[in-house]
Amino acid sequence: MSDVWVNVETLRGEITEISYTMLAAGRVLADGLEGSLTAVLLGSGAKDLSGKLGAADKVAYVDHAALADFNPEAHLKALTALAKSGAPRVILFGQTAMGTDLAYGVAMANGFSMASSCRTFKVEGGEPLFEAVTCGGKLIADGKMPGPTSVATVMPGGYKPESAMVDKTPGVEEVSVDADLGTLRTKVRGYIEPDTSDVDISKIPVLVSVGRGIGQEDNIGIAKELAAALKGEISSSRPVVDQGWLPTSRLVGKSGKSVKPKLYLALGISGAPEHMEGVPDWETMIAVNTDENAPIFDVATYGATVDIMDLIPALTEKVKAATGG
Amino acid sequence: MDIVVPIKFVPDLVEELEIDEGTGQLDRTFLRLVPNELDDHALEEALLLKEKHGGTITVVAIDSGDVDETLFTAVAKGADKVIKITGEGYEEGLSSHACVELLAKALGDLSYDVILTGTQAVDDVDGSVGGLLAAKLDLPYVGYVTKAVSEGGKLVVTKEYPGGLLAEVETDLPAVVGIQAAEQAPRYVVTSLVMDAMNNATIDETEGGEATATGAAEITAMRAPEKGEAAEMIAGDAGAVAEKLVQIMKEKGILS
Amino acid sequence: MSLNSVLVLLALIASFGLFGYRCYRRFRHMRLGQPSPKFGDWGGRIKRLIVFVAGQARLFRFPWPGIAHFFIFWGFVSLIPTILQAIVEGLFPGVVIPFFSTWPPIVALQEFMALFVAIAVLYGLYLRVIANPERYEGSHKAEGTLVLCLILTITTSLILMNSARGAMGHEVPPHVPLSGAFSGLFAGMSHGSLEVLDRILYWIHLGAVLFFLTLLPIGKHFHVVTSIFNVLLSRLEPRGRLHGAATFEGVPGIKNIEQFPWRSMLDWYSCTECGRCQDVCPAYNSGLPLSPKKFIMALRAHLYERGVALEKGKGNGNGDDPVLKKELAGEVISDEILWACTTCYACDQECPLFVEHVPPIVDLRRYLLGQQRADNQLMTALQSLRRYGNSFGQSDRKRALWTKGMTPKIKDVRKEPAHTLWFVGDYASYSPTLLEPTKTTARVFQRAGIDFGILYDGERNSGNDIRRVGEEGLFDMLALKNKTAMFLQKEQTERNFQEIVTTDPHSYNSLKNEYFIDEGEAPPIYHYSEVLDEALRNGKLKVTKKLGYTVTYHDPCYLGRYNGIYDAPRRVLEAIGCRIVEMPRNRTNALCCGAGGGRIWMEEEGVKERPSENRIREALGLSGVEYFVVACPKDLTMYMDSVKTVGAEGKLHVKDLIELVDEATAEAQPAATAAAGTTEAGELDKEADA
Repeated sequence: MSDVWVNVETLRGEITEISYTMLAAGRVLADGLEGSLTAVLLGSGAKDLSGKLGAADKVAYVDHAALADFNPEAHLKALTALAKSGAPRVILFGQTAMGTDLAYGVAMANGFSMASSCRTFKVEGGEPLFEAVTCGGKLIADGKMPGPTSVATVMPGGYKPESAMVDKTPGVEEVSVDADLGTLRTKVRGYIEPDTSDVDISKIPVLVSVGRGIGQEDNIGIAKELAAALKGEISSSRPVVDQGWLPTSRLVGKSGKSVKPKLYLALGISGAPEHMEGVPDWETMIAVNTDENAPIFDVATYGATVDIMDLIPALTEKVKAATGG
Repeated sequence: MDIVVPIKFVPDLVEELEIDEGTGQLDRTFLRLVPNELDDHALEEALLLKEKHGGTITVVAIDSGDVDETLFTAVAKGADKVIKITGEGYEEGLSSHACVELLAKALGDLSYDVILTGTQAVDDVDGSVGGLLAAKLDLPYVGYVTKAVSEGGKLVVTKEYPGGLLAEVETDLPAVVGIQAAEQAPRYVVTSLVMDAMNNATIDETEGGEATATGAAEITAMRAPEKGEAAEMIAGDAGAVAEKLVQIMKEKGILS
Repeated sequence: MSLNSVLVLLALIASFGLFGYRCYRRFRHMRLGQPSPKFGDWGGRIKRLIVFVAGQARLFRFPWPGIAHFFIFWGFVSLIPTILQAIVEGLFPGVVIPFFSTWPPIVALQEFMALFVAIAVLYGLYLRVIANPERYEGSHKAEGTLVLCLILTITTSLILMNSARGAMGHEVPPHVPLSGAFSGLFAGMSHGSLEVLDRILYWIHLGAVLFFLTLLPIGKHFHVVTSIFNVLLSRLEPRGRLHGAATFEGVPGIKNIEQFPWRSMLDWYSCTECGRCQDVCPAYNSGLPLSPKKFIMALRAHLYERGVALEKGKGNGNGDDPVLKKELAGEVISDEILWACTTCYACDQECPLFVEHVPPIVDLRRYLLGQQRADNQLMTALQSLRRYGNSFGQSDRKRALWTKGMTPKIKDVRKEPAHTLWFVGDYASYSPTLLEPTKTTARVFQRAGIDFGILYDGERNSGNDIRRVGEEGLFDMLALKNKTAMFLQKEQTERNFQEIVTTDPHSYNSLKNEYFIDEGEAPPIYHYSEVLDEALRNGKLKVTKKLGYTVTYHDPCYLGRYNGIYDAPRRVLEAIGCRIVEMPRNRTNALCCGAGGGRIWMEEEGVKERPSENRIREALGLSGVEYFVVACPKDLTMYMDSVKTVGAEGKLHVKDLIELVDEATAEAQPAATAAAGTTEAGELDKEADA
C-alpha cells in the first residue's frame, strides 16, 4: 500500500491551518510513494468542508453525531478502526491538542510505527523518511518510517499551508466505521471563550515579544514602553504567561495566537518549536538572547547577544529620538 | 482520588547537547538528565487534586541513573509512594514506547483513578508517554490539559486549543491525562524536608527487565540544526546594537 | 503605727504586689520559650554593659534625645535613694537613711539630677507632643506621654517637698540650692499649712512612684527592669553569623511563638518603642509595611495573649480560644512584612538595647518557605540554586566561562596550589553586567603579582542570602559542595591555598563567619578592597596615573555594618588619587541598596521608592561628584539600574572599585612613546614612587 492519509482537524466548524500543512506534506509523500493522498474528515453534518480539501486526491468523510465536536475518544475510536481496515502507508496527524490525542493511540492500538514532531518528509528509494525537531529545537532527528503503516505527527513550519489551499473539489466518499461511537467514556461539556477584551496581537504589525529572559515581572514595563515607542504591542512566549505576567491573549505559540507581523522583536526568547509555531511568517525578525546557541538565531533575520535589560532602554531611547515621539 | 504520576527523565536543555560522531546519536557521556518540566506540572496538579479531594499519589520513574533525588523530592512535596523501575541499559536512553512498556508492567497490579503525566517531553521522537500509555492500557486520554477537578466520580479537565480557546471535557475513570500546565507553578519544597524524605522514606524498586517494545520509528541520525539561514549577527554593546537596529527599522519602513 | 504608716504600707503592698504579679506573669510566659545557648565571656559582657548601659553609647546617635535619656537614666539611678528614703520614712517616720540622704554632696547631686531629669522630660514631652517625629508612628504615644508626666511629677514633687521641709526649718535633708531656692516660695506660709503641703507633696511623690512601678511591666517601660539583663546577655558572636535553624515536629522554622528561645522573648520585653530601628530601615522607608519596631511590638503583644490563652486553656482543659488559632506568620505578622526585610542590619545596629530584629524574621521565613508561602520568583531562584548552584538558571558547568580567552590562564585551585583562592561568586560569574569587572579583577590581581586561582565549576553560591531567605538545608548543601571543592584531592586539613579573597561582600560574610565554625582552623578571608589596599601600600600595585576624580563611596551592608570594613576601600580610593565626598548616610549609616536578604530574587510589589533610587538621589545631592563607587556586585547591578530609572545617566557614573584601580594602575606607555615625551614619562615615574 502506498497511500497517504491526512487527519483533517476541524475546530468548531473551521479547518485548522495545520491540516493544510499536512496536506502539503502528504502530497510530497504520496507523490514519492506513487500512491494517493486522502484527506480524512470526521464530523457531523460537515461534508461540505470537503470543498476546501482539494489538495488531496480524495476525501474520506465519516459522519456521526458523536463527532460533532472534537471528542478525543470518539475520534480515536473512529480513526483506529478506519486505519485498521484501510491500512495506508502513512497517516499524518497534527502535533497539536487534537492530533496528539489521536496519533499515539492509533499507532499503539494497531501496532503502527510512530514518529513525532516531524517537520519535513521525503521519499528515497521508495522509503518514506522524516526530519523531526527535538530537544527544544536544539537537535534534528532524521529517520525512517517502517511499514506496513507509519504514523507521524506534523509540526508547522516545514511546508507553507497556502500551497494546499487550492480551489479544486475532490471526490468525497462517505465511510462508515466499525466502531461503537455510541458508548463513550469521554464527553465534551462545552467551550470557554477566550477573553477578547484585549488587543488581537495577530492583527498588530509590530510585536515586541518577551520570553524567559525578561527575568521578572517588573521588567515587563520597560518592554511595554519599547512596544509603545514602536507603535506596536507586547506579546510573549509561554513561561511569561504561565507566571501570570501577561494575559493569555498575548501568548504567541502553540496554545496562543499565530502571528505574521512586519516586525517581530524576540527578546530573551530561545526559539523553542512550541513558540516558533506561533510565528509561521514574518517580514523581519530581530532576536536578542545572551545564549549565542539559541535556536532562534537559526531563523531570525538579525540577532544580537547583548543583555536585553541593557538593550531595551537604549533602543527605546533611540527609537523615540528617531521618531520624535 | 488515587493518582499515578509517571516522570520521564530528559536531557537538560540548559547544557550544550553534543552528538556522538561515531553513532550519530546524542552523546550521553556528560549529559545531565532532569525530570521533564511538564511532568513536574503533572505532579503539581496531582498535589492540588489531593489537597482538594484527598486520596494518594504514586510517582513512578524509570531509573536512568540519577532519579532518587527527584523521587524523594516528590515525597517531600506530598507523594505517598514512589516507585523506581530498575533494569539494564536504561541510562542509554529509552524511546517513549519502551517507557510505556515498562510503565504498564510496573502499574500492573496497582489500582488508580487517574494517571497524570506531562502532555509531552522535550526529547520525544516517537510520541508522548501519556497518549501511548492510555492506548496500551485501553484508557481514555485527554491531552493539553491545564486544569483538572473531580466531580461526581468523574474527572473534568480543561483542554487548551490555539488562540486561547478552552474546552471542558469530562471523562470516566480510570483515565490518562496529559498536562500542559498545572494551575500554579510547581511548588518548591525546602531542602530540609527533602533530606527528611531521604532519611525516612523508601523508594519501592521493581525490576523492569528488558524493554523490547518496537513501534518507534527508526532514528538514523541526530544533528544540530542547519545554520543555513542564520541571523545576521550585530556586534557591539547595547548602545551600538540599538543604533544599528534603529537604522534597520528605518530601512524597513517601520519607523515613521 | 500611725495612720500614715499604715497607708504607706498598704500602698506599698498594693503597688509591689501588682508590679510583682505582672512581672511574674510575663516571666511565666517567657518560661514557655525554648532553651537558649549558654552565656560566656563575662568580661566582654561587663564591658558591653559599661559602654552601652552606663555610657548609653548608642543613644547618642540621635544627639539631643541621647543627652536627654542619659540624664533620665542617670537621674533615676541617683534618685533611687530618695525613693527609698520616701518609703522608709513613710513606714518609720523620722528614720533617715545615712549617707545617701544626709551627705550634702550626694543630696546636692540628687537635687541637680532631679532638675536635669525634669528638663530632659520637658524635652521628651516636646518631642512627643509637638515635634512628633516619624519614628514614633505606631508606638504607644499616650503611654509615653503619661510616663513622662509621671517622671516630671516625681521629680517636681520631690524638689517642692524638700523645699517645703526646708521652709519648715527641717535640718535633714540639708539645705541645698534648689530646695533652698524654692523654700522662698513657701516663706509666707504657716507651719501648719506647710505640714499639710508636705504631706500632700509626699503622697503625690510616693503615689506617682508606686503608680509608675505598676505600669512598668505592662508596656514599653518594662525596659527599666529588663534592659540591664538584655544588654548583659546580648549575643557576642559576630554580627554576620546567623543562628541555626530549629525544627518542631518535622516542620521547619518557627510556627508558634513559644518555639522561640526565651532569650528572644526577653528582647521583646525590652523594646522601648523608640523607633530608631524604624527610622533606618530601608524597607520601611521604601513604603513596604515592615517596621522593625512594630514587628517586635507585635511579637511582644502576641506572646502575652497566647501565654494567657495557653494558661487559661490548661486550667479549664479548653483549647478552643480563638487566640490559639491565630497564625503567627501570616496573621500576627503578615507574609509581606516578613519578606520585605533586606537583612541590612541597620535596625540591629541602631537599637540601644541590642534587641535583635533580623533573627526572628529569618526564623519566621524558615517557616513560610517550608509552607511554600513565598513568591514564584523566589521559588524559581531557589530551584535554580538547588539544581545548578546559581540563581541565573545557568548550568554550573558554565560558571567559569568568563575566563575563556584570558591569558595567562587562571589557576584551578582544585588541581594546583595557589596562595590565594579567589571565591568569585554568582553575580560576578554569570551576570552579563559583571563580565568586564570580573575580568578586570583578574587582570588587576595578576598585575599585583597575586598568586591566585579559582574553583572553576566547583564553586557554588556561598549561600549567605539563601540562609537569610530561610532555606537552611540548601545552605548546608551548597556550603558542603563549596568546602568539598576547596579541599579536593587533599585531606580536610590540607588545602591548596593559604587564604581566600572574595569580591562579593555577601560571600565574604558567610565564608568568614559561618563556613568554618566547626572546622577548627579557618583560612584568613579577605575582601578584595583589603587586598588592593595592601598591594597599593606595599608597592606591589603601582599607581601609574592619579585619577583626580571626585567620587562618593557606598558602604555595602555586608562589608561595612556586618564586618566593620570601612577604611580599606577609602584608602584605595585616596591612593589612586580620588577625592572622596561622603554621602550624608555613610559608614555605619549607609543605606542598603535593597538587594540583600534575597530581595534581589523577589518581586518588587508595593515599593514606592526603591532604596537604591533613594541612595542615588542622595549622591546626586553632592556637588561635583562624578562617580558613585561600589565594592559589591549586587550594588553595581542595583545602582547602574537606578541611575537609569532616576534619569541621572550622564550625571553620575557607577563604577566598581576595581574599574578605577585598573585605570589608575594600567601599564605605563611602552618605551617607544615614552622616549618621545621623556619629561612626561619622567614625571609619571616620580608620581608612582611618591
